[in-house]
Amino acid sequence: MMKLRDIVDKIRSKNAGPFWVTVDLFCESTAQYEALKDQLDIKAVAHLVQISPVSIKRFDLDDLKVVKISFPRPIVQGHTLDRDQHGAQFAHLLGALPLTDST
Amino acid sequence: MTTRVLVPSGVLGLGFDEDALWRGVALCPDIIAIDGGSTDSGPASLGTGTSKYSRASTKSEWRSLMKARAKANVPLVIGTCGTAGTNSNVDWMFEITRELASELGQQLKVARLYSEQPQGRIVQALHDGRLKPLDPAPEVDPGTIEKMTHIVALAGAEQINEALATGADIILAGRTTDTAIIAARALFNGDHPGGAWHGAKIGECGALCSTHPTSGVIFIEFDDTGFRVTPLADKARCTPYSVSAHMLYENADPMRLYEPGGYLDVSAARYRQIDERSVRVEGAEWTPNPAYCVKLEGAKPAGFQTTLLAVVRDPHYVKNAEIWAGKLTDFLNNEITHRLQIARTDYVLDLRLMGVNSVLGAREVQQGTPNEVGVLCIVTAQSQEEASEIAKLINPFLLHYPLTEEEELPTFAFPYSPAHSERGAIFEFALNHVLDLDHPMDAFQITVNEI
Repeated sequence: MMKLRDIVDKIRSKNAGPFWVTVDLFCESTAQYEALKDQLDIKAVAHLVQISPVSIKRFDLDDLKVVKISFPRPIVQGHTLDRDQHGAQFAHLLGALPLTDST
Repeated sequence: MTTRVLVPSGVLGLGFDEDALWRGVALCPDIIAIDGGSTDSGPASLGTGTSKYSRASTKSEWRSLMKARAKANVPLVIGTCGTAGTNSNVDWMFEITRELASELGQQLKVARLYSEQPQGRIVQALHDGRLKPLDPAPEVDPGTIEKMTHIVALAGAEQINEALATGADIILAGRTTDTAIIAARALFNGDHPGGAWHGAKIGECGALCSTHPTSGVIFIEFDDTGFRVTPLADKARCTPYSVSAHMLYENADPMRLYEPGGYLDVSAARYRQIDERSVRVEGAEWTPNPAYCVKLEGAKPAGFQTTLLAVVRDPHYVKNAEIWAGKLTDFLNNEITHRLQIARTDYVLDLRLMGVNSVLGAREVQQGTPNEVGVLCIVTAQSQEEASEIAKLINPFLLHYPLTEEEELPTFAFPYSPAHSERGAIFEFALNHVLDLDHPMDAFQITVNEI
């Protein structure tokens, strides 16, 4: 099955302050970007990250061919149980998101 | 009028291209502005009020910047001194500045802008309804505020401009927004406010908005309608893509940026390549808020830690690592309760399997069989003594715990002796709130010295 990382050029995630994480999905071609917009399902993202879909903000940035997803950190940065201070590994988790082919 | 800002790097301590810095000085900047910290490395710096960067590397970079300032003869401003921008961080930077002034034979007027908040002010603000939660915000009551070791408010352009108005050569600011130190002079000069904040956001990480992110130095020119950004390292270029993509960076909303006193909206911004390496930007809008508020950051103690690390190489144990770790955790919790008489609510025992799922935990979806598994055992307790007592109880079991009762006792690899490491006090971020102020200087103080 196709994964999110197979259809985008680059995935990056990082804290946006200690309480939020933001994930940027970069595409090189318009075709890639259109496919991404079409196939990215926020409910599937929420399931993978184990958070509520209503807490996720999504931005489709046509000029940059980027889809940006931001959500509150499931565990606040630096909490005893936090495993990744900078939130940069969410990119790898989301890269493994299975895609359902809508065609 | 035009305001020229030289930004040597995204943060003091990360290094920059020295030649590019001097190229910037030759362009006659009106101000040199650099950031000195962020929350990015976690709550420890704020909790302890100490810098995460080495003093020697900070001093060597600051020496270059003080020399550049003397040559340019313009103010040098650093925001969020010493990583967290506490009063102790500001004074640490002041001591470094004083040493360098004497070594370089410079006579200087230095202004310190303090951003730290006494607990009493925040408790009073809570009582008066002036403390407002952002989303998501930790629960706050007078008791939790009194536990916080440091609380800082993020200064905006208003407080930086107050410090500049003292006529200081160098401004050592406590916690500020990353953008305020860059935008302040342009706003004071009456340049386009949307352009000032937008250019400041683009420039806050130095050359990260260019094709050569690690080269550091950039030059921003603000005017009546927008700004122009130019990287100064040899091969670095700004492109409309590299510049506009920087709005994504560490920013939950790529179109909006909240600052003390209002917000920036860049949805109508236009980015244009104007020469080989510069980009011109216009169209961002600034909307002032009717009320003035500043964001707060606070850290409170979260116990003391002791860690142990073992490495499992036996293929039988590698294959069954998660089952083994689960059984070991249950066994250890039982031993801690009965042999040490420490209640389950008074400590946290966390075994992380490196090579299996130590980063993503229960969210990990990938499976495989690694050669070896690192077992990072983190003990958090009410005191360092208690955390280490627990770690010492764990020690022989982490070394020899068998998967089943029938098998021979295994011996795993301890990479060093003693096997446990004391990590000291740990902290948590405890505020995601804003504080309403009648006047921007109500929560900030400025001290001026001749050195």
